[in-house]
Amino acid sequence: MNEESLFASGHTACAGCGATIALRLLLAAAGKNTIVCQVTGCMEVVSTGYPNTAWKVPYIHVAFENAAAVASGVDAALKAKGEREGKNIIALGGDGGTYDIGLQALSGMLERGHDVLYVCYDNEAYMNTGIQRSSATPYGASTTTSPPGKFSIGEDTPKKPLAEIVAAHRPSYVATASVGYYQDFQTKVKKALSKKGPSFILVYTPCPTGWRTPSEKTMEIAKLAVDTGYLILWEMENGDRNTLKVTKMPPKPRKPVEEYLKIQGRFRHLMNKPEELKKIQELVDAECKRYGIE
Amino acid sequence: MAMKMVLRGNMATAYAAKLARVEVIPAYPITPSTLFPEKISEFVANGELKCQFIKCESEHSAMSACIGASATGARVATATSSQGLALMHEVVFIAAGLRLPIVMAIGNRALSAPINIWCDHQDTIAERDSGWLQFYAEKNQETLDLMLMAFKICEDHRVLLPGMVGMDAFVLTHTMECVDIPEQEEVDRFLPPYKPVYKLDVNNPMTFGAFSSPDNYMEFRYAVHMAMESAVKVIDEVFEEFEKKFGRNYQRVVPFMVEDAEVILVTIGSMTGTAREAVRLLRSKGKKVGLLKITTLRPFPKDLLKKYLKDAKVVVVLERNISLGFGGAVYPEIAAVFANAARRPKIYDFIIGLGGRDIVVEDIVKVYEIAMDALKAKKAEMVEWIGVRKDEIEVIK
Repeated sequence: MNEESLFASGHTACAGCGATIALRLLLAAAGKNTIVCQVTGCMEVVSTGYPNTAWKVPYIHVAFENAAAVASGVDAALKAKGEREGKNIIALGGDGGTYDIGLQALSGMLERGHDVLYVCYDNEAYMNTGIQRSSATPYGASTTTSPPGKFSIGEDTPKKPLAEIVAAHRPSYVATASVGYYQDFQTKVKKALSKKGPSFILVYTPCPTGWRTPSEKTMEIAKLAVDTGYLILWEMENGDRNTLKVTKMPPKPRKPVEEYLKIQGRFRHLMNKPEELKKIQELVDAECKRYGIE
Repeated sequence: MAMKMVLRGNMATAYAAKLARVEVIPAYPITPSTLFPEKISEFVANGELKCQFIKCESEHSAMSACIGASATGARVATATSSQGLALMHEVVFIAAGLRLPIVMAIGNRALSAPINIWCDHQDTIAERDSGWLQFYAEKNQETLDLMLMAFKICEDHRVLLPGMVGMDAFVLTHTMECVDIPEQEEVDRFLPPYKPVYKLDVNNPMTFGAFSSPDNYMEFRYAVHMAMESAVKVIDEVFEEFEKKFGRNYQRVVPFMVEDAEVILVTIGSMTGTAREAVRLLRSKGKKVGLLKITTLRPFPKDLLKKYLKDAKVVVVLERNISLGFGGAVYPEIAAVFANAARRPKIYDFIIGLGGRDIVVEDIVKVYEIAMDALKAKKAEMVEWIGVRKDEIEVIK
């Protein structure tokens, strides 16, 4: 990565953390004229331990559920002072702070039309508090609050389609991305920031600690998610569903989802359950079909 | 020339925000504070006030947006009540911890359950440990004046804390009174634009809201506490300057007929007017009664309470709040003022007017009589509820 590093090294994230890769990519694409408003979570804890900070841009953390509302206030204050031009405002949250507890604030920010890019780094559980399930946790995944057992398959509901919920707000820009396809992610960040009004990017960030994956395989897993069709990379512009397009097609034929699942400890309990693997493959196939992916 | 208008308390605070040239107002409507965002949006709609009015989707987000805007260096205000303030609770503490001088008007309203939209002070009392300065108005003129002064006090670099101005639900929020509206030029001279020490600035990046360990958390909390202590002096200075410029006197604690008083009533908010009438009535019967009104509950005016109460035989605390399982919340604080004193008055606590129940002169006279009986009976302590029909309550024993 050739970049002016606005997210400094020396933070305390785990080895192979996908979310910190996303932050570096994000800031490299956004540049230094950026104000970041972040929710409580892993990325805040590892980057701001007083008196140190990894942030070389102005940064504020307030609470768990309100980065979108805080960013709304920053947007309004800059507008009130006639200082809004030439600056990016980015709200940042994990899946817990975005899919769940922060969904209302996000919806408010979107419908009010604030000139803010909200980036959700999705590692599919509450990692900061010890890997509890969130509504981003996929069907079958083992977490500390969705453990598999005699009466449990692991997480018993499929992942909430957050980016689609955001798309229903008809924002200026909405996309899904993966750190595995980082050029695609950075292109989307630039596109989102080039548009006036609210935008949203959901970036998929593997968590070696929570997913029980080797730390050197983060990028590989982030790519496999796309190549198996488990994660669909798409974008929609100007609130117009006719602009919706898949930005990264999986190879033909698509890789079976089992390839993605079997390298992750959180799905290990499914490996001797062919009926569950079949069910997950069917869920993936149905989603791919909805997006015109074979 | 200053203008006089007949205004509801809520509207007077909206005029204060306009006169203060507030730059960002995030708000969410709640009874009985709705007139504030309504009036502000009207000011903005007709161009009387150039501010960013954020129509938030909840009080939690309204206070969060206040925090974002204030951290960006803007002058910020909002208003809420009761459940709205309770929903904000988490971020109310954070606003203080981040040292942001946000000013909030509160229509003091009872907390659920049962749901009730009328007056008591439970909502702001529940936030008294948050690091916000707390002012309470007795009448509508005070809502406007205290709101204006709150900006100046909170934004002072010796303080840098948020402040809330309480006004009793309906008694003040919705009741029309004649209010003197100061000239804009005079207000501008009194209240120059907010100059933040630190702000979110792309030319000077800083981290706000860092993660604090056991090694430094106490220092941060101590700094907020010391800022609260500094606020005492700043409040006195600002009250004095305000009187010079606008001719109206404010004090953190306002005495009434206390010089020779054996019994002193302590009140907060609009009940003070009723209590003053009761004092006059009792004085006419030769009773040595006085009254203290608390204007600033935070920082707690322990110096003035000590000064005015030390020679009294009995202090009667009238409270529109209840710390369930104990008594009123202000009572132990006043008692603490005398905890280590060689000579101390008897201090009795009365819970009164919860959920908007009327407080009339006869109630206050009754309070006086109960307190005198208790004194004669040498009661060490007392928490008494006034006007409660105890026979209607099924007590489980």
